[in-house]
Amino acid sequence: MSKIIEGLKYSDTHEWVKVEGDIAIIGVTDFAQKEMGEITYVDCPDVDDEVEKGAEFGALESVKAASDLFSPVTGTVVEVNEAVVDDPKLVNDDAFENWIIKVQMSDVSELDALMDASAYKAFIKE
Amino acid sequence: MKYYDKLIFELSKKGRVGYSLPAACTKCKGTDSIPANLLRSKAAELPEVSEMDVVRHYTNLSQMNFGVDTGFYPLGSCTMKYNPKINEEIAAMPAFAGLHPLQKDLKGVDAVYEGMDKALAAITGMKHFTFKPCAGAHGELTGLMIIREYHMSRGDYKRTRIIVPDSAHGTNPASAAVCGLDVVVVKSNANGLVDVEDLKPLLDDTIAGIMMTNPNTLGLFEKDIREIASLVHAAGGLLYYDGANMNPLIGTVRPGDMGFDVMHLNLHKSFSTPHGGGGPGSGPVGVCEKLVPFLGVNVSGFNGNFGVILRAYAYILMLGRENVKMCGKLATLGANYIKESLKDCYKLPIESVCKHEFVFDGLINDGACEGKEGAATLDVAKRLLDYGYHAPTIYFPLLFHQAIMIEPTETESKETLDGFIEVMRKIAAEAAQDPDILHGAPHNTPISRPDETTAARNPILKIQDECVC
Amino acid sequence: MAGFQYFPQTSDDIRAMLDRIGVNSLDDLYADVPADCLYKGEYDLPDAMTEQQVRDFFEGLAAKNPKLKVFAGAGAYDHYTPAVIPYITQRSEFITAYTPYQCEISQGTLRYIFEYQSMICTMTGMDVSNASMYDGPTAAAESMRMMVAQAKKRNTVLVSNTILPQVRGVIATYAKYAGITIKEIKAENGQTSKAALEALIAEGDVAGAIVPSINRFGIIENLEGMADALHVDKALMTIYCDPSALAVLKTPAEWGADIAVGDGQPLGIPLCYGGPYVGFMACTKEHMRKLPGRIVGETRDKEGRRAFVLTLQAREQHIRREKATSNICSNESLMALWVTVYLSLMGPEGMKQVNDLCYQRSHYLYKKLLETGKFEAVFTGAPFLKEFVLKPLVPVAKLQKKLSDAGFFGALETEDGYVSFCVTEKRSYEDIDELVKVI
Repeated sequence: MSKIIEGLKYSDTHEWVKVEGDIAIIGVTDFAQKEMGEITYVDCPDVDDEVEKGAEFGALESVKAASDLFSPVTGTVVEVNEAVVDDPKLVNDDAFENWIIKVQMSDVSELDALMDASAYKAFIKE
Repeated sequence: MKYYDKLIFELSKKGRVGYSLPAACTKCKGTDSIPANLLRSKAAELPEVSEMDVVRHYTNLSQMNFGVDTGFYPLGSCTMKYNPKINEEIAAMPAFAGLHPLQKDLKGVDAVYEGMDKALAAITGMKHFTFKPCAGAHGELTGLMIIREYHMSRGDYKRTRIIVPDSAHGTNPASAAVCGLDVVVVKSNANGLVDVEDLKPLLDDTIAGIMMTNPNTLGLFEKDIREIASLVHAAGGLLYYDGANMNPLIGTVRPGDMGFDVMHLNLHKSFSTPHGGGGPGSGPVGVCEKLVPFLGVNVSGFNGNFGVILRAYAYILMLGRENVKMCGKLATLGANYIKESLKDCYKLPIESVCKHEFVFDGLINDGACEGKEGAATLDVAKRLLDYGYHAPTIYFPLLFHQAIMIEPTETESKETLDGFIEVMRKIAAEAAQDPDILHGAPHNTPISRPDETTAARNPILKIQDECVC
Repeated sequence: MAGFQYFPQTSDDIRAMLDRIGVNSLDDLYADVPADCLYKGEYDLPDAMTEQQVRDFFEGLAAKNPKLKVFAGAGAYDHYTPAVIPYITQRSEFITAYTPYQCEISQGTLRYIFEYQSMICTMTGMDVSNASMYDGPTAAAESMRMMVAQAKKRNTVLVSNTILPQVRGVIATYAKYAGITIKEIKAENGQTSKAALEALIAEGDVAGAIVPSINRFGIIENLEGMADALHVDKALMTIYCDPSALAVLKTPAEWGADIAVGDGQPLGIPLCYGGPYVGFMACTKEHMRKLPGRIVGETRDKEGRRAFVLTLQAREQHIRREKATSNICSNESLMALWVTVYLSLMGPEGMKQVNDLCYQRSHYLYKKLLETGKFEAVFTGAPFLKEFVLKPLVPVAKLQKKLSDAGFFGALETEDGYVSFCVTEKRSYEDIDELVKVI
């Protein structure tokens, strides 16, 4: 059974968001990492790139598959987790501990449209 | 096959040579007199080996390889038919191989291109072909450029979207993207065919056309093709035929008669030229009459892969009017024969007569039981290697999770197919009994399953990378 | 039906197979095809030929092609092909294999591609090479796409006027449909003008530039400072090069390039009227994930043995579909083997000697042609290796006719009205003297 953490926001494309002020810390869910299998590469945007809610900002790659990452919020990338770029296995090890990007949100109200933990749990129907 | 571990660099010894060249003039200036700022600072790290070192090394490497000449190669969608040896002799003739691409007044060369144009037009129902594309995907790109040129020539600039079925070869959407077209996916219905009802609402004045392969990647004939053609044409779009699956139609059905406007052929599939472990191919593009003015799109350096075109022409001349009619039919016969002989062991998702290939969706009994995972398609494929067969195409098309796509071609005998069927049945029995036999496969090949995850996480892509990693 | 050597089914076989399938005839296998799609007519093809007839037929065609000694280059170079190469590349296990999808029975192909990648990297100085492209011009076009992809919002690529016309042509084709703007960097004294490059960079929107190492005039270009000018503006640099010449010339890496492309044909591949050749493409580690095409990597099998696999496949069309780095699938694998065997035989010394021979013999021809008084020098003092241009003082068509009548192919007319000549190690001093005498 996939791990789900209370207090985070979730998108229907399996990203999680942890909110700290106007900063959104974004990663992929445990469910998503399991679906991918062994992740071989995390394709990230650069700092200062603009991201848009619902638009791609990167991708996860495994040996035989690739899965796009979609931003749950609109804003500017302020930090990229170099640790997961260097060692993609970290996402497999703990998808919640190992975030991917931090975004300075331009519209905090976008968070309202995301799911909470229980809604996401129902969404993935485990 | 036996394992051989060397790389050519590891045979190198300083001062050893493998070449035979005239001596350079000792009194004259050489490349050393080129200004130093234009010269490389140190020599390239190439191996220094003797001629026999080279011959033995590559002979050893070849013995870790499997080709059509080694054994049965039922790789779906790749049409691995026999490669006639006379073709090789003709392509190597000095009077062809020695020609500079910019030479003019070559009546012998012109005759090859003209003869091929005429023959391919006869086989496909197209008007004329361009031979510049160097492979199938290159042909797709060229064909899509022709479609765009046609629309633009009519001042119709808004047609920038192309419809591609969900079962299409991966190159279709990729070629569309390279051509600057947005891909619109049309779904397959429960029979594995393009869903005409799903297609209708997609057809508006932004559609440049549709890309289809027929039979499709499930090996099923798109029997609604004439209706699809009328719908797309009525909406102002054009039809592109992906010739990767042309083999079963050779001698029986012509894409031009189905309503297609543009198509490519893979000479390395349908017309017997060797695939060379990943090329060279050749992807001539044919068009209907109204598109002939746009055939000149400039997509490669010179005149296409002439050496491949020569081989294909030799094959077509041997095929001739008499044998061409049997080509597709025998390919279709073989595929249906295997399908019918195995469908009690492997899941056949769509019960129907197939064309040159068909798709199973894994084993009926994969042997899964308490504490033991069942045998997957990958395991079946790897076990086939143990028995001396190349594996079918696996995990494509994406419509099924355990796809096994089998294509025998017309050049395989009944005995070969029977041997393959027997082994496939044996593997199914092994899986039912103990799937671990399959999980551990292959057991008899030069290497066992390699660690592909580490290869992708920490890429070692050249000899020099080794010391670093 | 009379027997045909490539179709092994006897009529009994066909009958037995149809019975198993449960249909009566081969035509029944097409019962799902609408009648109006079935072709009922006779195919407009010649009568089937026997093997001997085919050989005779092609010998007849071959006899219609004049056999000329090649003194032309312009992107296709008549270097010597050692006998070992066709012998190796014709081995069934190599030539009749498909793309190495099943790595356990494709270690031969995978190993030679790994060797090829290693050789392209050492020749260009780059970190990563792919397994090959169709030809040099398409490799250059792919580098254009790659530069635009990494630049995100920029959409202009600068292309030097001094690159071969067929390379500029294919780049222009790919650019047109991808909506990429191409701007031409002017030439100055037969070389890419650095001032013009800088002026174009200043105009903005530049994702990268493509410049040649040896250009269409045969001149070895001085690319000093160009990479810096581009990198300061966050744009990339591709260098188009002749890989044979790279054995002696400054490498793309040394010039500061991000991507190196070119045609592998000069590495012993026969002219063959333009193909099959092989495009090569290599880049710095930073751009590895944007490189198109197949890539082979090293790993270990379960027993710990060294093994090779296709890797970084998530970039490719079969996985990424419309989001792939390129649509390329089949490439020119066997021609990559051709190049690998060539470079193995030649080694560093052989490659140096080929270049010295080309240099000496082409300079000899250059001097002799000027002495005829029928040409004027164009770019005096500009360094060249095996190819050069002259300004003809006689009508070009007449000159070409005279040459071909005497058994030579040379004096190609360039777009600027010059004529070009090329001399490889295959042309002897006697050949050269003979050609000069004809002129």
